[in-house]
Amino acid sequence: MTSLPDHRSSKRLGLVIDLDVCVGCHACAVNCKEWNSGGVAAPLTDLNPYDEDPLGVWFNRVHTYETTGDGHGRTVHFPRSCLHCDEPACVTVCPTGASYKRAEDGIVLVNEDICIGCKLCSWACPYGAREYDYDAGVMKKCTLCIDRIYNENLAAEDRVPACVATCPTSARHFGDLGDPDSDISKLVRERGGYDLMPEMGYKPVNQYLPPRPRRTEAAALGAASQLLPLSSDSAGGLLGWIDRLLSN
Amino acid sequence: MHPAPSVIVFTTLCGAGYGLLALLGLYGAAGQLPPDPAFGAVSMLLALGVVSAGLVSSTFHLGHPERAWRAFSQWRSSWLSREGVASAVTYGPTVAFGAGWVLLGSTTGLWAVCGVLSFLCAVTTVICTAYIYRSLKPIPAWSNRWVVPNYLSLSAMTGALWLAALAALFGHELPGLSPLALATIVLALVLKLAYWRYIDGSPAASTPESATGLGFLGKVRLFEAPHTSENYLLKEMGYRIARKHAKKLRVIALCLGFFAPFALALAAASASGVIVPICWLFAAGIAIPGVLVERWLFFAEAKHTVTLYYGRELGKS
Repeated sequence: MTSLPDHRSSKRLGLVIDLDVCVGCHACAVNCKEWNSGGVAAPLTDLNPYDEDPLGVWFNRVHTYETTGDGHGRTVHFPRSCLHCDEPACVTVCPTGASYKRAEDGIVLVNEDICIGCKLCSWACPYGAREYDYDAGVMKKCTLCIDRIYNENLAAEDRVPACVATCPTSARHFGDLGDPDSDISKLVRERGGYDLMPEMGYKPVNQYLPPRPRRTEAAALGAASQLLPLSSDSAGGLLGWIDRLLSN
Repeated sequence: MHPAPSVIVFTTLCGAGYGLLALLGLYGAAGQLPPDPAFGAVSMLLALGVVSAGLVSSTFHLGHPERAWRAFSQWRSSWLSREGVASAVTYGPTVAFGAGWVLLGSTTGLWAVCGVLSFLCAVTTVICTAYIYRSLKPIPAWSNRWVVPNYLSLSAMTGALWLAALAALFGHELPGLSPLALATIVLALVLKLAYWRYIDGSPAASTPESATGLGFLGKVRLFEAPHTSENYLLKEMGYRIARKHAKKLRVIALCLGFFAPFALALAAASASGVIVPICWLFAAGIAIPGVLVERWLFFAEAKHTVTLYYGRELGKS
């Protein structure tokens, strides 16, 4: 059913993406592609992969922006994926019931077996989270790696989305944003996590952590401002004589 | 937004077809349709044929047309599903009304009720079509109060022109139809101009700064795109080919869709003899390419918030 669930669990699984830490390496995008090429949404079709104009389905895209406020240029890497919104219009516009939001954890999914490929859901998403598979004729999107996070065949520490598992700088965090005491909820509070395009009213679950204020001075580590001689004691004997000779 | 030909043809043809069905229903219920089986058969078959062709055309852009029947299921939440249901329901009263008029030569009693229901169902279907676009918040050019009046008035205009052409062709004069056709052209023109004025003048609520949340760092500019070639998002939502011709195309839409039909309708209303059906036919015939151009612009000029992530602004081309 594409109506939103009436009774939702308080569980709101999602991601927190730290824009201060992301180095723009695209590992999350690549590992997402790798995992999901064999997962529930497989295949993530690539058309003309070795030709001039390759065209493929990806659930995760890493943009890089530059900002020029108060005289300081800054470069911010910005991974963009499904935000698993609380008010996902991509679900309610679906005419067939293929798109749905899970009552038990809030994950937004597509049932590819009944999707007619009308593309209306992708029009309804302000964030560009959904990508149409021209080859399969159905819409595809991030599943929050539903086939990893509940997968008992994986070690407990691997039951996180592929993008989170692979991030070399831990810029991506996974957890329950509906639980105010969860680690990622605390992280969002501490770092002032925010919604993308709040004016759209989609109430995204995923949160972004802003880049920290830029430091313009060296860190105060307690080091002296200049180097002093290692020792004022002068050596005696032959070495002392050489030292005095060379110091002249 | 990518102007898919199937959707442009679908919304234009269905608009005209439902406009014609609505007006036939109203004139029939008012007892103003002549019991002329030829006029009835051609009018009903044309209206239903055009609507059916439009509906079939709309399935051409689906990835899985064979699953299209599933689109009837989610009318509780989806305007696209509601449109599907409304278009299917409309066949009931319109076919019944047509049968009463053409086969039994009657538009009174039960058939008049069918006529009123035809009108209501046809109008409802056009409203559902318009609301598919009206309800999409990421597209400011669609998510505004001018879209539904535009679709309704253009449907009424093209429907009235075709009814006038058919009536004139079969030598009938329906009371008040000429002034109605002229009035709907003026109304549709005013609403279209108001729509264009609105989309040209209103600032977009979303910006690259709100899309990324990085506005506190200053102006946000795309430094590096996530991919080197186009993807689905840019093909579908980032369409901008030939948008530079928008101004000229608006003039073409105005001339073909409104000015020429108005002049021809005016000529038909004041002339007599064989010139009348010719003028009405040309008016109805030229309005369709005009509305097709208008509908192409409706898609091609609409910008989607996802393009903000790709370094574009909603306010600029």
